[in-house]
Amino acid sequence: MNQLLSFIRKEFLHVLRDRKTLLILFGLPIVQILLFGFALTNEVRNANIVIIDDARDVASREIIGMISASRSFRVREAQGGHSSIDEMFRSGGVKLVVLFPANFNNDLMHAQRARVQIIADASDPNTASTLTTYVSAIIADYQKSTVQSIALPFSISTQVRMLYNPQLKGAPNFVPGVMALVLMLVCVMMTSIAIVREKELGTMEILLVSPFRPMLVIVAKVVPYLLLSLVNVATILVLSTYVLDLPVQGSILLLFGVSTVFILTSLALGLLISTITNSQQSAMLFSMMGMLLPTVLFSGFMFPIENMPIPLQVISNLVPARWYYTIVKAVMIKGLGITSIWRELLVLVAMTVVLVVISVRKFKVRLA
Amino acid sequence: MPDIVIQTRELSKRFGAFVAVDKITFDVKSGEIFGFLGANGAGKTTAMRMLSGLSHPTSGAATVAGFDVFTQPEEIKRTIGYMSQKFSLYEDLTVRENITFFGGVYGLSNQAIKEKSDQLIEQLGLQAEVKKLVGSLPLGWKQKLAFSVAMIHDPRIVFLDEPTGGVDPLTRRQFWDLIYAAADRGVTIFVTTHYMDEAEYCHRVSIMVDGAIKALDTPRNLKQTFNAPTMDAVFYQLARGAQRTAD
Repeated sequence: MNQLLSFIRKEFLHVLRDRKTLLILFGLPIVQILLFGFALTNEVRNANIVIIDDARDVASREIIGMISASRSFRVREAQGGHSSIDEMFRSGGVKLVVLFPANFNNDLMHAQRARVQIIADASDPNTASTLTTYVSAIIADYQKSTVQSIALPFSISTQVRMLYNPQLKGAPNFVPGVMALVLMLVCVMMTSIAIVREKELGTMEILLVSPFRPMLVIVAKVVPYLLLSLVNVATILVLSTYVLDLPVQGSILLLFGVSTVFILTSLALGLLISTITNSQQSAMLFSMMGMLLPTVLFSGFMFPIENMPIPLQVISNLVPARWYYTIVKAVMIKGLGITSIWRELLVLVAMTVVLVVISVRKFKVRLA
Repeated sequence: MPDIVIQTRELSKRFGAFVAVDKITFDVKSGEIFGFLGANGAGKTTAMRMLSGLSHPTSGAATVAGFDVFTQPEEIKRTIGYMSQKFSLYEDLTVRENITFFGGVYGLSNQAIKEKSDQLIEQLGLQAEVKKLVGSLPLGWKQKLAFSVAMIHDPRIVFLDEPTGGVDPLTRRQFWDLIYAAADRGVTIFVTTHYMDEAEYCHRVSIMVDGAIKALDTPRNLKQTFNAPTMDAVFYQLARGAQRTAD
């Protein structure tokens, strides 16, 4: 026990003495949360749009007023009329043009049919479709307000409720994703590097010649990163609650429990990488390519898994982060309990067990 | 007859069809400085790994400090010390932290670690450097510290794998003073080296060629047998016939 403790103390000294690594360890989650929270967001704000109003009547004015009031748009004056539309898009800056033809109000009132043209820059398809949806929604709102006075004999009214995330914020989606990403990165990369460094330095040999048991080397290497990762989880949850206004809906204890399982999965992966690489650089490369990329692509946090071709969906099942992401979303955002996530948890536990067995065995084989 | 601490009988290690160590047989006496020479790829490291419990022999027999290398590698690990060419200290830890860590790994009590480190630091004259990171020490001091750390649990036998690689002649000479001091205390030294002047310092020397021991005697007798003026010439005569090239 004394042996193990002095080994763990030594590992902590390594981590604490290396300022750069320490900065990455604790800076990474903070930077990621702030980046995703404030810079990288799917919500569209302050998009430059141009409105060309040939009607200049009551209806068009009112709709323009509503569009201008929205935080999503920054409305600019039209300069040069119709012929300049192409030029506006080409010179950039303008994302969308709304065009009211002459006699707009007249058509609406008498012909029962008025047209508005919406032209969007679809070189960025996501933004284009988001913006057109916003504008259409505003126009629909206006229409509803006008027809209220005229009683229609029948109508279908839809009532939409956005569950769990009524304001359609981006945070509920990315906070669990960032958690998976950060833990994966920290655990896999740091452990594999910590072990490979001992090989590079030649100290691993000394440890193996000592009566210290190889299994304990693994335990001692893993313990500091497990603790540091739990600190990271706590940091992310605190930031999410107080900075992004996204508190944990479910049990915090359960969240930490599943995080511990996922951390162990990642640590086992790091261990596995350390057994197949011999230099710190290749361990780093392996961790980045082998872990980071699949985590980003296949966890479902950037790209919905349901939209992928079947073979890729099958592959995504092998990525531990996918299961963790699902669990965190369920517990953190939807407030669900263990009864709803036990299947995903079981998959994660099974993955951990398999990885631990393989990597410990490989670690031992190296000694023979 | 002084007691024998390392004994091998036709000890061999094969990797597939490749015979790394081919039936080596020798005895090392207690308190002896035993030089283990050979060109790169001759099988020195493999032999040493078998004797230090890191690698299982394929056939033959060997005991180290009375323990069987096949069945009692853990007991062997407790009785031996080991130092390699890389010095193997943690450069980002201080002198005292390094000593404390290795003392802990060998299962010394906190009290014993404290006493040992004070004693070592005084012996090496490192009082002023205790709180410095090992990375900032000159090579010669690192090497001495590594040797002392390998001896922290008072082993009966110390294995030194090319301990003086890349070190200047003066520092090497000082290092050998440490080795002699340890041998005087009755510690057996098993050392591999590339430097033939160092071979002269050993009590007895074995020379490995292509996995087998081709010569084993005192440096003086070897020079007589091969009718050579220096150990360098002896080594050259033997190693010239090697079939294997360095790995």
